Amino acid sequence: MSDITPDVVLDTKGLNCPLPILKAKKALKGMENGQNLELASTDPGAVKDFEAFCKATGNKLVSHWMDGDVFMFMIERVV
Amino acid sequence: MADVDIGNAKKMTIICTKGTLDWAYPPFILATTAAAMDVEVTMFFTFYGLGLLDKKLNLGVTTLGNASMRMPMGGMQMAMPNMISMIPGATAGTSIMMKNLIKKKGVASIEELREAAVLSDIRMIACQMTIDLFEKKTENMIDEIELGGAATWMESALASDINLYM
Repeated sequence: MSDITPDVVLDTKGLNCPLPILKAKKALKGMENGQNLELASTDPGAVKDFEAFCKATGNKLVSHWMDGDVFMFMIERVV
Repeated sequence: MADVDIGNAKKMTIICTKGTLDWAYPPFILATTAAAMDVEVTMFFTFYGLGLLDKKLNLGVTTLGNASMRMPMGGMQMAMPNMISMIPGATAGTSIMMKNLIKKKGVASIEELREAAVLSDIRMIACQMTIDLFEKKTENMIDEIELGGAATWMESALASDINLYM
């Protein structure tokens, strides 16, 4: 769990690569700097991919955790 | 980010030469993902890849010459012998099988990925020579394309960090 209250929540459960990334990007685009996106994914490659995505785009991967079988991510939009 | 300085953006080009359902995936997945990671992407469609720009897509996959093709069936990996492709309707069959699998696994359709490519401002160049060669009509192709040749791709490629041929 994350103790941050997300500004936007995105459910990408059941979607496979690269859809969670594409949807995250779209959501982040519509957000303000400093706002937090909580994202759920069942893609087994999601952790590596979101780490790489955040590193490349400069957004901050605040935390990630498991909720049962679901990979959860908290991403802060940073320009 | 929308307001990233384009002048400093990393650039990538992909040459897309194949128009089958299976080969349509790698270029569109990499292009859309790169765009999502703030890379400026140019896709150059030539020969059979040009078909991926048709407004109406009806992509297929064949077992012919595809010795590595395995499809999951009842928990097993089934080889797809070349012989199968000689049976009438076999290619349609394997194509439907693949499309069902794609849907079941939550994999995006090529139409969806292409739409994402358009929305993320990926530059899509259709090879003018191939259009002439195969007598293709640009009105049957999506509106977001531009026409160009090898030199148009070269110009992008020379300014790019990554150039891929698929």
